[in-house]
Amino acid sequence: MTTLTVSGLHKTYTLRNGLRFTKLRAVQDVDLELSAGRTVALVGQSGSGKSTIAKILAQLERPTSGAITLGGAPIGTRGRALARYRDHVQMVFQDPFASLNPFHSIGHHLERPLLLHGKATRTDVRTKVCELLERVNLTPAESFIDRRPHELSGGQRQRVAIARALAPEPSVLIADEPVSMLDVSVRLGVLNLLARLQREENLAMLYITHDLATARHFSDEILVMYRGEVVERGAADEVILRPRAEFTRQLLVAAPEPSSNPRFLAEAQRRGVPMPDHLALAEDSP
Amino acid sequence: MSTPVTGSVPPDHHPARDRDPRSESGSSVARGQISHPQLHPGLEDERTTGSPVLEEAVLSVRDLNIVYEVGDGVHAVKDASFTLRRGEILGLAGESGCGKTTLAYGLNQLHRPPARIIDGSVVFHDRDDGRDVDVLALEGPQLRTFRWSKVAMVFQGAMNSLNPVLNVRTQLEDVLTTHRPQLSREDRRRRCGELLELVGVERSRISAFPHELSGGMRQRVMIAMALALDPQLMIMDEPTTALDVVVQREILQEVLRLRQELGFAVVFITHDLPLLLEISDRIAVMKAGRIVELDTAENLYFEPTSSYTRRLLGSFPSLTGETGDFVRAGFGEADPPAGGDDAGRTASPDQEEAG
Amino acid sequence: MTQSPQTVTPVSPGSESRPRRPGRLRAALRRIATPSLLIGVGLVVLTSLFGIIGPFFVADPLAISSGGMQPPSAEHWLGTTQTGQDVVAQLAWATRGSLTVGLIVATLALLLSAFFGVLGGYLGGWVDELFSLFTNVVLILPGLPLMIVIGSYVEQRGLLLISLILAITSWAAAARVLRSQTLSIRNRDYVQAARVAGEKPHRIISVEILPNLLPVMSSGFVFALITAILGEAGLSFIGLGVYGTQTWGSMLFYAQNAQALTLGGWWWFVPPGAMIALLGCGLSLINFSIDGIINPRLRTAPKAARNLRKAEQAADERSSRPDDGSSDRRSTSSKEAVA
Repeated sequence: MTTLTVSGLHKTYTLRNGLRFTKLRAVQDVDLELSAGRTVALVGQSGSGKSTIAKILAQLERPTSGAITLGGAPIGTRGRALARYRDHVQMVFQDPFASLNPFHSIGHHLERPLLLHGKATRTDVRTKVCELLERVNLTPAESFIDRRPHELSGGQRQRVAIARALAPEPSVLIADEPVSMLDVSVRLGVLNLLARLQREENLAMLYITHDLATARHFSDEILVMYRGEVVERGAADEVILRPRAEFTRQLLVAAPEPSSNPRFLAEAQRRGVPMPDHLALAEDSP
Repeated sequence: MSTPVTGSVPPDHHPARDRDPRSESGSSVARGQISHPQLHPGLEDERTTGSPVLEEAVLSVRDLNIVYEVGDGVHAVKDASFTLRRGEILGLAGESGCGKTTLAYGLNQLHRPPARIIDGSVVFHDRDDGRDVDVLALEGPQLRTFRWSKVAMVFQGAMNSLNPVLNVRTQLEDVLTTHRPQLSREDRRRRCGELLELVGVERSRISAFPHELSGGMRQRVMIAMALALDPQLMIMDEPTTALDVVVQREILQEVLRLRQELGFAVVFITHDLPLLLEISDRIAVMKAGRIVELDTAENLYFEPTSSYTRRLLGSFPSLTGETGDFVRAGFGEADPPAGGDDAGRTASPDQEEAG
Repeated sequence: MTQSPQTVTPVSPGSESRPRRPGRLRAALRRIATPSLLIGVGLVVLTSLFGIIGPFFVADPLAISSGGMQPPSAEHWLGTTQTGQDVVAQLAWATRGSLTVGLIVATLALLLSAFFGVLGGYLGGWVDELFSLFTNVVLILPGLPLMIVIGSYVEQRGLLLISLILAITSWAAAARVLRSQTLSIRNRDYVQAARVAGEKPHRIISVEILPNLLPVMSSGFVFALITAILGEAGLSFIGLGVYGTQTWGSMLFYAQNAQALTLGGWWWFVPPGAMIALLGCGLSLINFSIDGIINPRLRTAPKAARNLRKAEQAADERSSRPDDGSSDRRSTSSKEAVA
């Protein structure tokens, strides 16, 4: 069981404005535990510090203070220790249009992590790439290898990005708003894919989002962030159905939700029908 | 997304309105019973206070066809027809590339080459003099006058289109000096103040520069500018996409309230169908350039006829519904058939209705 | 509002697996090829061929003969100099010399600008501060006076030395462009993703960042080539050029010394001048085309406007409507859309 724990995490940016220095507290005193087979959702608005946490966990940023341990041991921050850390912790970025290099083929994006982490050799790398593509439902895999990112749709690109993150066979996956840039009709598909892969690989997952609904359905635990601090945490259903923090309530009220809108509830009564289950309807449609 | 620069300060909170959520205590339990934290009543309440929609039409669109003349040509809007009634909010829903923005731009000739209207008519029924205006025949100064004073536009990311080196007053007054030259200086000043108050921005902020305002405030100023000449139709292209949900709701409430007070019609473009359901009177769902379904929000919600509408509705899991509904083995895990969501636009199950 | 044209562009579904590369290359060429690029490449290729092959077919350019200051004839196509040297022969060797200097300088400038710009931009921190400072200092060095000072100080002005002087004074501007580009690319998600994947910095620079800088670098290279050839011509013209090597500049220098202008010996100074102008023109055309490739808006805008004009004319003819306001409408609509 690999567990990534974060305790007392702080991140302060120092901004220079002429001769004045201002401090920006992006993350303040965040504790977090990611354990195998569980998904933790980090919910908050833009600027709440949730992406900073993702970057710190992916070691793209250094925390100002705080301890991060992987499997009980402090994490390595440079050289071989960092490479070992990257074996275990991988990340899916928000924007699939920006996270794939326009110059390189899909094959290149998947070959490199496979080779770097010793999961394939020069001779069998192509088969391994095909396996990865098939696991993220990009079939026929052969037809994708030589294509370039701009030839793929947003959903397909994000699948490639997920495959790339899975290539080193990590135990922890950080998904930073993995569907917010995608068309609405493919979002659930990508989330379901992530959910299946998580079950199959017993991954520990950090799901960062601003969407409370998917956070609830997709994760076991929800942390709500506001201005760099965690203002509420708890089991997913608890946080959504019985919010304690005022900010969580604000978020919940603000989210568009026709199924609890008085206008539609009244309409349902007038029509004498129950509120429709659109997921089921969409599933039944041809 | 948090970026280092925005850091821990949510950019869309106005200090006056901003209250620390943690300092407040509340004990409400489930959604419906939650005491509304906003200063204004909820959208739900706004919607039920009687709709200001009149039977009279403000805009009639017939068989509008718009083509992008690149390569073999892309037919971006196909045979779009609808009638917009005075005071009505028409939602235009669809995914990227479905032509919804092109359609909206075509309504007042804002489309740019290589886009070209090849067919159809757009007729504006003017409230002021009761005349019908053939929008597509307008040219030059006439078109310019029409654009701001009859049909106003709020763009996607509009809050970033304010000029950073001019303060709010200068930019607001500029609209009035250009289009209402007969107004005196004092009248202009007064009107600017009124406009700001109308959209819920304090009068004192009039001398602020854009960077001193939050994203939500900037969007309010943009709406004030759009309202400056008392338009009869407002086209809003994803006006809240870049904003956080709480701010988004505030802006939407503002739009609904203003619609109630001023009686303008709105074409509201977004991909967020739940949001449209809550604010719109009618909704047009677009796919591959074609309006596949156009109906009242209620009908669309309870009895969607197009399978594409059903798929869109099914793409938003319910916040309060049963859990486990959504992670279903197999459902939607692959992209729509035949190679992804782009193909989904052209070769999906309801191709026959989309053409 | 700017993305609407792109969003409707259909992405090829391409579920079939066919060998794509040759076809794609040809398609890319067809997309990129514009009249200006073709003319530019044509001019540069012709000049280069003359410089490469020409010297093998001409007589000794330094051979003195009795017939000085002869106008063009069957024997001497471009006449002779004051000392009876064949101008065509001199021009061939001068072309080779000028091109050699230009290529060496452009290559050196490219390497220097890439080193200081890309490395500084990628590493950031104090390395970047230091590199930027150095770049800025070099940038404000006055080029020609410095060249004159160094050129007159050094006795043996070899090809390499002159190239080095020219390179030192011409890389800084390109380095600044590359640095800003690198800063922007460095923060893109695909570079971050490569870091997360565990790529080493040198591979991130060479494999992930550099390819995306290629258009900018090639544009910089072409620009450096132009400035180098002009700079060398300038140096040679004032007599501080490469010692013992013929270049266009040195031809002009000797022509000027021999008062070819006052004696009416146009065949002596016009050819090198024309060569400089033609090559500069060709390289500039190539550069504009590269700009168009980097920024597709520049490429499609004129074409789109032309298409629109054609279409509108056709429409107007169909409806036999007077064509008075169509251009006005077009200009206002684009103006308002920008506003």
